Amino acid sequence: MAQSDILLMKGNEAIAHAAIRCGCDGYFGYPITPQSEILETLASEKPWETTGMVVLQAESEVASINMLYGGGGAGKRVMTSSSSPGIALMQEGITYLAGAEIPALIVNVQRGGPGLGTIQPSQGDYFQATRGGGNGDYQVIVLAPASVQEMADFVDKAFTLAFRYRIPVMILADGIIGQMMEKVVLPPFKPRRTEEEIRRDCPWATIGRTPDRKPNILTSLELRPEAMEQHNLHLQAKYRDIEACEVLYEEEQTADARYLIVAFGSAARIAQKAIDIMRGQDIAVGLLRPVTLWPFPTERVRQLSTQMKGILSFEINAGQMVQDIRLAVEGRTRVAHYGKMGGIVPTPDEVITAMHTEFTEL
Amino acid sequence: MAENTLITPDNIVYQKPALLNDTHMHYCPGCSHGVVHKLIAEVIEEMGATDKTVGVSPVGCAVFAYNYVDIDWQEAAHGRAPALATAIKRLWPDRIVFTYQGDGDLACIGTAETIHALNRGENIAIIFINNAIYGMTGGQMAPTTLMGMKTSTCPYGRQADLHGFPLKITEIAATLEGTCYVTRQSVHSVAAIRRAKRAIRQAFDNSLNRRGSSLVEIVSTCSSGWKMTPQQANEWMEQHMFDFYHVGDLKNTITNAQQ
Repeated sequence: MAQSDILLMKGNEAIAHAAIRCGCDGYFGYPITPQSEILETLASEKPWETTGMVVLQAESEVASINMLYGGGGAGKRVMTSSSSPGIALMQEGITYLAGAEIPALIVNVQRGGPGLGTIQPSQGDYFQATRGGGNGDYQVIVLAPASVQEMADFVDKAFTLAFRYRIPVMILADGIIGQMMEKVVLPPFKPRRTEEEIRRDCPWATIGRTPDRKPNILTSLELRPEAMEQHNLHLQAKYRDIEACEVLYEEEQTADARYLIVAFGSAARIAQKAIDIMRGQDIAVGLLRPVTLWPFPTERVRQLSTQMKGILSFEINAGQMVQDIRLAVEGRTRVAHYGKMGGIVPTPDEVITAMHTEFTEL
Repeated sequence: MAENTLITPDNIVYQKPALLNDTHMHYCPGCSHGVVHKLIAEVIEEMGATDKTVGVSPVGCAVFAYNYVDIDWQEAAHGRAPALATAIKRLWPDRIVFTYQGDGDLACIGTAETIHALNRGENIAIIFINNAIYGMTGGQMAPTTLMGMKTSTCPYGRQADLHGFPLKITEIAATLEGTCYVTRQSVHSVAAIRRAKRAIRQAFDNSLNRRGSSLVEIVSTCSSGWKMTPQQANEWMEQHMFDFYHVGDLKNTITNAQQ
């Protein structure tokens, strides 16, 4: 790799550049801190003059997510980005996308809540992302980047998953990952799909009925309960496939560990430092970093729990992922949570203190 | 005389458009939706645009519009159809993209999406059915309900101090830079149906040729919601609706040469 391929940029900027490079057809978004650089970077890069990518500042997050319905339903690679309160506004649209099986990418650069909250970082939207804030039984795939490099890499990964399963995919970042600058190698350019490729890959897309087929109708509505049940069963079967095939996680120093910290996104970066310090103090602690928050690495947490004397879920929130950990562990070992709210980012020392507080034998 | 000797291609003076599906009719007798659906099917057929047209249906009585017209459709959340259409048209610029929305969908819950899509000059056609009432949910007050008009949520008649005033969103649309064609029509007579069809054709042409946003309001009847016979509903519409919602072109920037 040539040195010139390594760039220094914010996570938000990396997402924008990666979108242009990976054949994204359209971005629709509304400004909100701490992610406005995504739209700003796209606007200044003018991809409509190079790749033909559409960039549109919408009138609201509500409109943005419904533009994703239209564009994704027409077979295009479309994305939006926002931050927590804006993602809350999108929940109606997200459940429609899930119900009508529309592929799309939604980026959430989280800030603290509830309500208007703060513009400082948080991981308080774990429930919103993995449980869904919209109505009905549905899931979206949730990817949690822990570096600027992953912000860039997850864009193409998200689109691939979205079209493989016809499902909305969320990149759940936070204000730290969005705003911090790191070295990054951007993905290689890949062309946008042609009409022929879209017709081949997305036979369901609403792009005009040709004489050889019935009309494509994208809807989440079905008034006959038997048919609606079948649709729900189909969705649930798809979700079970995703749980079986698409779980992603990373581990560090778990082989001999007797204690485990589970952390995602920026919290995992803080946990890494805490673990390095504790390892220097001969504490056998390791890290499990879920990369997909849904599907959650339930099976791996269960396996690891059998060798652990204690597990700390370290999240920058009041304790949300800890519920998934407890469901996986099923009481085999102690599970505790440590986190801060309101936009406060804990230090590695505070994580170490939390380990000693929760597991006093250390 | 046997029927098959009467019905020959030479003898046909009128027929159902091929794009109009033989589906179970869910609209009430006297409702305007069926006529407007037929006009849309006729226009798409006459333009030879079946493979180039995408419709977006609303929430409301016309939620099932996709069952009637044999083209590709997306069914939007309540009020959001112009946002869907915006993206479809921007991503497939050579398609005709239209929304089909009622007054509650377009002029109440979807006001923001409507105004901003029109103001951006999205190259879409919006077909707006205004029957001054919420039909699907059983006759509640709409943003376009006339003063004094009784509905299930203003059972003593619409009053300014309780309910505010009816919204002339089509007049607002005509003031927006992004609109190229804004018109108000009806389908209560043969002549009116012919004019409405020309308006829909114009709006679809504008979308195809990317001339800006078009809004075609159809002042419509809801005999069930209004609790009238179809005949009474037509008469009531002429006597009351047209006084407030004046029929005719509000704006047309398209020159004859462009057409």
